Amino acid sequence: MAKILMKGNEAIGEAAIKAGCLHFFGYPITPQNELPEYLSKRLPQVGGRYIQTESEVATSNMIFGAAGVGVRVMTSSSSPGISLMSEGLSYLAGADLPVVIVNMMRAGPGLAGILPAQSDYAHATRGTAHGDFHLLVLAPSSVQEAVDLTMLSFELAEKYRMPVMLLGDGMIGQMMEPVSFPETEVGPPMQADDWALTGCRGREPRLVSSLFLDPVELNAKNHERFARYAVVAQNETRYETFNCDEPYDILITAFGVMSRVCKSAIVALKEQGVHVGMFRPITVQPFPSAALSEAIGKARRVLDVEMNMGQMLVDVQLAAKGRVEVDFLGKCGGLTPSIEDVVEAVYDSLTKAEGGG
Amino acid sequence: MRKIFSHTEGMITEPMHYCPGCTHGIIHRLVAETLIELDIRERAVGISPVGCSVFTYKYFRCDMFQASHGRAPAVATGAKRCRPELIVFCYQGDGDLAAIGTSEIIHAANRGEKITCIFVNNAIYGMTGGQMAPTTIPGQRTSTTPGGRNVADDGFPLKMSEILAQLQTPGYVARVSMHSPAEIIRAKQIVKKAFEYQVRNTCFSFVEFLSTCPTNWGLSPVESLNWMKNNMLPYYPLGEHKVPEPGKGGTE
Ligand SMILES: Cc1ncc(C[n+]2csc(CCOP(=O)(O)OP(=O)(O)O)c2C)c(N)n1
Ligand code: SF4
Repeated sequence: MAKILMKGNEAIGEAAIKAGCLHFFGYPITPQNELPEYLSKRLPQVGGRYIQTESEVATSNMIFGAAGVGVRVMTSSSSPGISLMSEGLSYLAGADLPVVIVNMMRAGPGLAGILPAQSDYAHATRGTAHGDFHLLVLAPSSVQEAVDLTMLSFELAEKYRMPVMLLGDGMIGQMMEPVSFPETEVGPPMQADDWALTGCRGREPRLVSSLFLDPVELNAKNHERFARYAVVAQNETRYETFNCDEPYDILITAFGVMSRVCKSAIVALKEQGVHVGMFRPITVQPFPSAALSEAIGKARRVLDVEMNMGQMLVDVQLAAKGRVEVDFLGKCGGLTPSIEDVVEAVYDSLTKAEGGG
Repeated sequence: MRKIFSHTEGMITEPMHYCPGCTHGIIHRLVAETLIELDIRERAVGISPVGCSVFTYKYFRCDMFQASHGRAPAVATGAKRCRPELIVFCYQGDGDLAAIGTSEIIHAANRGEKITCIFVNNAIYGMTGGQMAPTTIPGQRTSTTPGGRNVADDGFPLKMSEILAQLQTPGYVARVSMHSPAEIIRAKQIVKKAFEYQVRNTCFSFVEFLSTCPTNWGLSPVESLNWMKNNMLPYYPLGEHKVPEPGKGGTE
C-alpha cells in the first residue's frame, strides 16, 4: 500500500482498526488526544464503538469487562492517567485478559509537564501495580514502527493472554511521518471461544476473576503465569542494533525516539573517527538482556541515554554485569538530549575509558 | 403432594457463606429466580463486587466476573457495550457502590448503560468487620464510630436511589426492603421489572435493597429485621423513585 503522511497518534488508531480492534475506551489527556479523537470518528464507520469514560480508573475496568466478554479492545492515555489505570492493569493481569494500552509518556512526576518524556519506563516494566505480574511492553521509535507494533500488540496479548503496553512518548504521538498499512480493511475478531463470558448456553457457567484465596492455588497460578512470561521472553524479545557490525569502543543504549538522536550522533562521531555502536530494546519488558550483554561484551564502556533520570539504566547495568562502567546522559521535563549532548557525552565516556576510570 | 417451594435453576446448590440471618441470601434468590422466569440465565453475565458478596459467582448459575472494589458498573459497561446481546448485572454492597465506586455508578447511570444494578444497603461495611459505611444511619454505632455516626464529622448517609433518580437520563430506580415477607414479594416484582427494562433495551435499572447485617450490627436476626424497619426505613423511603417516562424512556 502507498505511504501516507500521518500523525503518530492517529496512525496507531488506524493500526488498531486494521488489527480488528473495534472498541476503544478512554479519557482525554495530552499528548495522546488525537488517538481517541481519530477513533471517535473512525470506529463508527467500521461498525465499532468509541466510549469516553469518566476516569482512567473506570477505563481500566471497562477494558476488563470488554476483554472478559472476548472482544478486542484498546485504550490510550499518558503518564498521570496510566497511574490511575494501575488498579485495572493488576486485575487484568490477574485474570489473564488480553488488552492493549497505549502510554504516550509525558514529563513527571505529579502533573508535571505535557512535553514528551520517557518518565514511565520503570512503571511500565517493573512497578506497574500491586502483585506479581508483568506487562509485555513495546517501545516504538518511529510512526511506522508504532503502527507495526500496535498490530503486533494485539497478536501477542491474545497469544499469551496478557495486557500489552505500547510505550511511546509525546513525540511519537505528535510527529507526522509517512506510513503504510496492510491492505485489510478491518482484521478478524478475537478468538476467545474457550474462555470468554458470552452467556452459558450449552455449556457450564464461566468465571473471569483474579481472586484466589487458597494460597496453594494462587501460588500455582502465579508460577504458571511466570512460566508463560519465560516463554514470552524466549520467543518475543526484540531489539535493534546500529553500527555494531564493526568494532566499537562505546556502546550507546537508548529506547524509543531517543535512539534516533543517538543514531545521528553516531553518524557524526563516525566522521570524526570515533567508533560507537547502539543497542535499542524494542521490547523493554521482556528486556533483551542476553543480547545486550553480548553487545556490551565488545565495548570498553557503555553510555545510556534517556529522556528521564535514568530508568532503563538499571536494566543496562544488570546486563553489564559489572564488566564495564555504564555512564548516563539524561534530560527530562520535556527536554531531549541533543546530538551535540550525545557527542559530548561519548567523548567523556571515551576519556574515562582511556583513563581507566 | 403439590410442591410449593424448590431450588431455583438460577442458583448453584452451593452452601452459602453468609452469616445466619443475613438477607444477602434472599436477594440472591430473587435475582436468580428472575433470571429463570425471564429466560435470560443463558445470556446473563453477572459481576460480583468486593465485600461480603464477593463470592456471588459461586451462587449464580450464569457467567460471572469478579470485579475490583466499586468498579462493577465500569466492568458492566465494558461487557455490555461490546456485547449488547448479553444481560449484564452488577451486585454491589454499600461500601462498594456508594463510597469507593460512587463515580462509576453515577456515570454508568448517567450514560444510560443498559445494565441492571442490584445495590445491597446494610448501613455498614460487612466484610471488613463492621466499619462505618456511607449509608450508616446518624447515631449508628460501628467499629469506627464507637460513639455513633456524628453527622458533624461524617456527614449524612448517602441516599443513592434519590441521587440517581434526579439524573436527566432516563432510568429505572427503586428501593425495596427485606424486613418482611410482603416486602420480599414486592421486591421480587421490582427486580423483575428492572431486568425487563434491560431485556427491552429501555434504560439503566437500579434496585436498592435495605438489608441486614446481624453480625456487625450485634443483633439477632429478628432484632435486625426490626432495627432495619425502625431505623433504616424512615431515612430510606421505599418505592419506585424513577421510572422511564413513556415515550421518553430510552429506545423503547
Ligand atoms: C481498593 C480496596 N480497598 C479496600 C478494600 C477492603 N474491603 C474489602 S470489602 C470492603 C467493604 C465492603 O463493604 P460493603 O460494600 O458495604 O459490602 P458488605 O460487605 O457490607 O456486603 C472493603 C473496604 C479492598 N478490597 N480493595
Ligand atoms: S458480615 Fe453482615 S453482611 Fe456480611 S454475611 Fe455476615 S451478616 Fe451478612
